[in-house]
Amino acid sequence: MRRREFLKTTGLAAGVAATGLESIVAARRAPAHAQGTRLHILRWVDFIPEADVELKRQAPEASKALGAEVVFEFINFNDLQPRITAAVQSGAGADIIMMLYNWPHLYASALVDVSDVAEPIGKAQKGYYDVFNVTSKVDGKWLAVPHGIVGNAIAYRRSWHTEIGVKEFPQTWDEWREVGRKLKAKGKPVGQALGHSAGDPPTFAYPLLWSFGGAEVDRTGKKVVINSKGAVEAVKFMQAFWKDACDEGGLAWDDTSNNRAFHSGEISATLNGASIYIVAKRQREKIRDEKGEPMVQDIEHAALLPKGPAGQFALYVPFQHSVMKYSKNMKLAKDFVKWLHQKENYERWFQVNEGYSVGSTKTWEEHPMWSRIDRPLQVFRQAARQSRMLGYPGPASAKATESYTKYIVVDMFAKAVQGMKAEDAVKWAEGELSKIYEG
Amino acid sequence: MKKPIAGGAGSVAGLEVALPHPRATQPQRLTRFLENERALAAILLAPTVLILGTFIAYPFIMGVWLSLSSTSVGNVGEFVGFKNFAKAWNDSIFRTAFGNTFYYTFWATIFKLTLGMWLALLLNRHFRGKRIVRASMLLPFIVPTVLSTFAWRWMFDPTFSVLNWLLYKGGLITTKLPFLSDGVYGMWCAITVNTWRGMPFFAITLLAGLQTINPDLHEAASLDGANGWKRFWHVTWPLLKPVTVVVVVFSVIQTFSDFQLIYVLTGGGPANSTHLLATYAYQVGVATGLLGEGAAISLFMLPVLFVVVWLQLRYLRRMEGA
Repeated sequence: MRRREFLKTTGLAAGVAATGLESIVAARRAPAHAQGTRLHILRWVDFIPEADVELKRQAPEASKALGAEVVFEFINFNDLQPRITAAVQSGAGADIIMMLYNWPHLYASALVDVSDVAEPIGKAQKGYYDVFNVTSKVDGKWLAVPHGIVGNAIAYRRSWHTEIGVKEFPQTWDEWREVGRKLKAKGKPVGQALGHSAGDPPTFAYPLLWSFGGAEVDRTGKKVVINSKGAVEAVKFMQAFWKDACDEGGLAWDDTSNNRAFHSGEISATLNGASIYIVAKRQREKIRDEKGEPMVQDIEHAALLPKGPAGQFALYVPFQHSVMKYSKNMKLAKDFVKWLHQKENYERWFQVNEGYSVGSTKTWEEHPMWSRIDRPLQVFRQAARQSRMLGYPGPASAKATESYTKYIVVDMFAKAVQGMKAEDAVKWAEGELSKIYEG
Repeated sequence: MKKPIAGGAGSVAGLEVALPHPRATQPQRLTRFLENERALAAILLAPTVLILGTFIAYPFIMGVWLSLSSTSVGNVGEFVGFKNFAKAWNDSIFRTAFGNTFYYTFWATIFKLTLGMWLALLLNRHFRGKRIVRASMLLPFIVPTVLSTFAWRWMFDPTFSVLNWLLYKGGLITTKLPFLSDGVYGMWCAITVNTWRGMPFFAITLLAGLQTINPDLHEAASLDGANGWKRFWHVTWPLLKPVTVVVVVFSVIQTFSDFQLIYVLTGGGPANSTHLLATYAYQVGVATGLLGEGAAISLFMLPVLFVVVWLQLRYLRRMEGA
């Protein structure tokens, strides 16, 4: 698609997205919200700091356009869920909250139906990625407006892999284990978080389970089927992979640990979003390899995670904005989300991300930015098409979120790599999952 | 000349003051009311009762109600009896957390008491810079737990641990110690941090207790030929016992319900091996939004703490009787 065509499409999208805003624009003045009205938006602290800077920069513009003070608050990824619970129970807090994964299912009763905002945006921008139909829609209603999705890929050091004769990143789990074994022997292990952290551990553990044919539940989402040959094989593989190829400190890592370990040259490869590459690129003077060269020159991305006997899978992190039912500014909140998705506003945030967070609609795959950014980042262009969701192959229900929040699948692997027999670890997970899905 | 009327100034104005005034009955009634001991007690106690009711009783009753209901985030639950308690008891993560809580409390208290006592005895001696040492010793207790635990987390970091670096450079280890990435190590790291943080509280309180002991008693024991250990065991310890009991009980309560330290240091991991009741209740109740189940898990702490407090009160009453 040429730039002109893209602008035409997104311009049309923005026009539709601006439903309700067109009158504001026509009137050439801010709508009459009560004086002193404040719109509070709660989001995570982005792994690309410039993305938060851009949103903060847009806040005064939004305030001016909407006639109310727009305030962003950014908190740690892992603290979002506790904040949501506190806000919902006390009936007070941010008007708009960023929801990750399929959280709208868990907090459904506290969220406003935003179908009138979400549908026009999706319709005008070539549709949302399938994963959002699963995460943001509950019982046919949009309870969140999809905003973006963080894809992930294996970031690896090209030169270290070349040194051991690897020209292309391994395609299967077994091949990766073999490559990792050689690199670990040289003090350059694979780094993978397997602790209690909301991002990296689940995005690794679930696809690994699926790729060996394992799953938490069946298609109905009611029957726990984890005690299967596939799951046991996945766990057995993980035990060997962990011992042979991984930095065993990963059991205590959070979502930032692998970024630090990679940038300091401690690990050869790790599953991550584009943040390792982007931060290395933006801090090229500071983040250097052992030869003193900017490390970014030596970073490559491979996606998806390797193939298992049952295929190749991905779990990305979709995020969306929900308007809270307790909010006194529901109309304003919806207007703000429309404003945020207007082409000129969304585009600036999208471009700052350079592929770390990609668009929630397919239109953004065609943005001219993709032809400008570095080749290793191109891998994220269509990444969002691939993602499965928690609970797969069953529905991404609140039960699936509960299992995720309790780290059952992650801990199944973590227990096994600490010495529990694979069969026992799977059985433990079966017991816990039964209480969640069948209890 | 007119005789001045009592209470007056001997003037017309004085006459006015002396005359009965209809408003004067109100202060009199108030005075009478306040002179009633029961009424006065009720008034004086009211603010305390209000504060305790609002901040202690209401949350407690609410917690009990939640634990007996199926309340989840955004959904008003219904009464489910003891279902949440039964579910928790059958949950292997809960049982791990329950066992961990006892283990963590037991060892942390033992270390805090032993090291706190040792420190108190040292600080009770006269030496140069005693005041500075005493004041600086309180630092771990003063620094916010979250901040100090973050510092410890860095020291135990699986990749960048300064402790591992020192041990490696010192030739004491050849591979990194898995401080936070192994369940057993992780628990002992948590006990270490808790001991580091809680020891000053023991030391200062026991030091205060030590200073109330009459030095003549030690002198007399020395003259009778008692050595240092005997003087401690037969003189210091019996006199320090009441203070020690109070400190231990406070510490047990705080340690048993500890949250911040584990939340920051390990988040309950790896694989739930360092979860305590408080952190698991938080994970289930607040992070997952299952408020009923979370409340039930946290209420498992109540009987244990109740027994501890009851024993303490019983002991102190006996001491008072003696």
